[in-house]
Amino acid sequence: MAEKPTCFQEIILRLQAYWAARGCAVLQPYDMEVGAGTFHPATTLRSLGTRPWAAAYVQPSRRPTDGRYGDNPNRLQHYYQFQVLIKPSPPDLQDLYLGSLAAIGIDMGMHDIRFVEDDWESPTLGAWGLGWEVWCDGMEVSQYTYFQQVGGHDCHPVSGELTYGLERLAMYVLGIDHVMDMPFNAPGSPQPLTYGDIFRQTEREYSRWNFDIADTDILLRHFEEAEAECTRILQAPEVDPKTGRHIIMAHPAYDQCIKASHLFNLLDARGVISVTERQAYIGRVRALAKLCADAFVQTEAGGAAA
Amino acid sequence: MPDLLIELFSEEIPARMQAKASENLRKMVADGLVEAGLTYASAASFATPRRLALTIDGLTAESPDTREERRGPKVGAPDKAIDGFCRGAGVERSALETRDTGKGEFYFAVIARKGRKAPEIVAETLDRTIRNFPWPKSMRWGDGTLRWVRPLQSILCILTDEAGAEVVPFEIEGVTASNTTRGHRFMAPDAFSVANFDDYETKLKRAKVVLRADERADAIWHDATNRAFAAGLELVEDPGLLAEVAGLVEWPVVLMGEIGADFLGLPPEVLQTSMKEHQKFFSVRDPKSGRIVRFVTVANIEAPDDGATILAGNQKVLAARLSDAKFFWENDLRVAGAGMTPWLDALENVTFERRLGTQRDRIERIAALVREIAPLVGAEPDLAERAARVVKADLSSEMVYEFPELQGLMGRYYSEAAGLPAEVAAACQEHYSPLGPSDAVPSAAVSVAVALADKLDTLTGFWAIDEKPTGSKDPFALRRAALGVIRLILANGLETGLAGHLRQAAGLHRWADEQAPEQGVVDLVGFFHDRLKVHLRDEGVRYDVIDACLAMPGSDDLALLVKRAEALAAFLKTDDGENLLQGFKRANNILTQAEEKDGVEYSFGADRKFAEGPEEIALFDALDAADPRIAAAMQAENFAAAMGAMAGLRAPTDAFFDAVQVNADSGVVRRNRLNLLSRIRGLCLSVADLTRIEG
Repeated sequence: MAEKPTCFQEIILRLQAYWAARGCAVLQPYDMEVGAGTFHPATTLRSLGTRPWAAAYVQPSRRPTDGRYGDNPNRLQHYYQFQVLIKPSPPDLQDLYLGSLAAIGIDMGMHDIRFVEDDWESPTLGAWGLGWEVWCDGMEVSQYTYFQQVGGHDCHPVSGELTYGLERLAMYVLGIDHVMDMPFNAPGSPQPLTYGDIFRQTEREYSRWNFDIADTDILLRHFEEAEAECTRILQAPEVDPKTGRHIIMAHPAYDQCIKASHLFNLLDARGVISVTERQAYIGRVRALAKLCADAFVQTEAGGAAA
Repeated sequence: MPDLLIELFSEEIPARMQAKASENLRKMVADGLVEAGLTYASAASFATPRRLALTIDGLTAESPDTREERRGPKVGAPDKAIDGFCRGAGVERSALETRDTGKGEFYFAVIARKGRKAPEIVAETLDRTIRNFPWPKSMRWGDGTLRWVRPLQSILCILTDEAGAEVVPFEIEGVTASNTTRGHRFMAPDAFSVANFDDYETKLKRAKVVLRADERADAIWHDATNRAFAAGLELVEDPGLLAEVAGLVEWPVVLMGEIGADFLGLPPEVLQTSMKEHQKFFSVRDPKSGRIVRFVTVANIEAPDDGATILAGNQKVLAARLSDAKFFWENDLRVAGAGMTPWLDALENVTFERRLGTQRDRIERIAALVREIAPLVGAEPDLAERAARVVKADLSSEMVYEFPELQGLMGRYYSEAAGLPAEVAAACQEHYSPLGPSDAVPSAAVSVAVALADKLDTLTGFWAIDEKPTGSKDPFALRRAALGVIRLILANGLETGLAGHLRQAAGLHRWADEQAPEQGVVDLVGFFHDRLKVHLRDEGVRYDVIDACLAMPGSDDLALLVKRAEALAAFLKTDDGENLLQGFKRANNILTQAEEKDGVEYSFGADRKFAEGPEEIALFDALDAADPRIAAAMQAENFAAAMGAMAGLRAPTDAFFDAVQVNADSGVVRRNRLNLLSRIRGLCLSVADLTRIEG
């Protein structure tokens, strides 16, 4: 078993090194606002089609409704997920996963690790899978899912997805009670920084903006624009008249779907979406996700014959 | 005779599915083997989080040879028919025999099947079982197409006899059967081989796996109660949680931990719910104070520090959970103490159902309706209305947002904190009841009034927008609401016409057109009758007895209806009742036939002066005597007494039919007798519609 890490970033680095050593491409975060690591096209789109895939990456994630102005020890509107997606899911994925916990200093002989039923469903992505939440001494440290359907398409082969909630996991490993007190870099560094040094200010600012300031008319308009652009992109003829090449623009369209999804989350945080409207908005985002999935499987990366 | 042992080893099976899966495995494999011609002495199956296991003792080593004869077409039938027959029977045409059956010459196919060895049959049965296993939810993994609850990792399948164990040759989608399995994921992960079921169970235990779910549950219960007892405390019983936890561990290790002092002031239900829902902890109570003071968690591993690290981790997680709960509780108490106004205002923005308005609209309707219902149950209308106006307030509270299952209960706490009368606080908790068939029915007047108003508003509302339950679909739990009304009425003996109350409730909703509300009420009364039938049938009252009573006027008074049905059911169980029923049926048949033939209705004017013979006179006497008694009893709604009076008709009716010919030669006498039968019919029908009774 590995030595205990000393800070947040060491846990991230170890996870990256661990999964890199097991053959994953270590990607960088997607450069858009998303609610969870699953939204990264490296997961949503790449879980579709027949081509093998193996990727690991950190993804900053935003959940506007979870903002607590940086006061709550566990809740943040911006946090990090570590995401692993391997297609097809290898037969020893559970062991690989447990190895990653050992790599960040969790001793399986001392702790109680459990796989507790938790089926995953994303109504906005039209996706679902079966799996567990993984408990360590009663705390959920990861989500573990075998994707069955994404964007309305059956997954063949099936991807295995692992999602680590990094702050929570790190707080547990490092024995920290308040997220803002967690060392971000090594405590012995010339400039030791805590999580709070980096994020207390932003949590406060975004909480205020998310809850009270964001202009709902503008958000609503952006939502509709993103929705319109997404469908427009996918309606373009498949053969590009300029280059004469066959180019289906699944990724640019999917960017608009991500945008729409995040704008919906912001509108939700502003409290302007009623319970019944909620379902309608989710349905609209899902429709976009499905269009993007339909388009992706027509592309070379999506497994269609070149 | 060999013994069969099968183990399907997979990634973690959801706890809630294990018991049923183990049962299904036993049934599907055992049935499959028998169908293929094997027999066995006994079978038992088991489940842990990672394995389903089955042992079958005394299996026959092979299936017997069988020989079946099938008769085919007549000799000389078209070739097409003969070829078809051969295909169906699986024989060559040249193998057909011809025989004279006495009705002509026919082709016969003799289908002889050789017996097969057990391993072949086991493999075939197991393949079919795995491929058709009825998991509530199943999945694919990797690049395979096989479905299982979670990835299936290995299969152990052996047949053991005196000569030793033999692996059954079997392979499914790359998983090949063997004689090996693994122990506990962390404490004994290495593979080992097994020779038979006893060996399997013993070696598993050595490898830190308790195969039997009941043994794990018993161990948990035993250890947990002991630990609590040793600390002078008691474990809060929770069979559902016990079964679930026993399905989460292969090697249960019970640990008891502290709940931080900061949290001991939370209501015990909040502690219990938070610990159970989020952490799957048992609650431990101080019997003296009744408060929840500790928790029990069940780990799946024996740690070198006796679980100190595990317990510390669990306590920390619990503290984080309970800080949330405490934060909610304290915030809520502040709002409650100030009168709950913000919560009630907030309900204006909560849609109940798009077409039925907001929760606030609903409260207004329930408040109006409860005033009408209050006198019926002996509640003070003002107090009942006051209750109706706050019973939904806790839906806006933070605690109920977090734990929806605490709705109502939190309302009670918050109403108490707001200084509201005890009846109002009780109504908050009780007005949702009864929720299921086993849930207790409230009896406090205000609670009953609000509970009825709430459910009647829901029912008429969904009828108004035409969202009635259909088939298995009842998304708004309307059947449950109707059953709730039925149980409230019956348990509290509320004799009242339901139609009137439904009309009041319906009047508070918007309907499609002017006739719709009245049609809705009629339809709803029918819906209540259907639910009542189901309810009474569960209570052991016969269907036809209920129908006989439903046909009577005033059947929307459910309490009265049930009284009638119960009296009738009791009456029909007596000798007199059963015979009178036969007498009634005979009378009714004769009358119906005569009325059809004569084209008149015999309903009046039986005159004793035309009576001939003592039996006929005696029947007149009996009817004269019973008439006023039944009328008086019915007036008083004393059905038992009415039935008792009816019982007196049995002997004279029987005697009459034995001695008297109704269709006499004399027209006058015949008419008189038919009119006499009509008195029997009329009198019986005044109590219940006996034509609907079967038998």
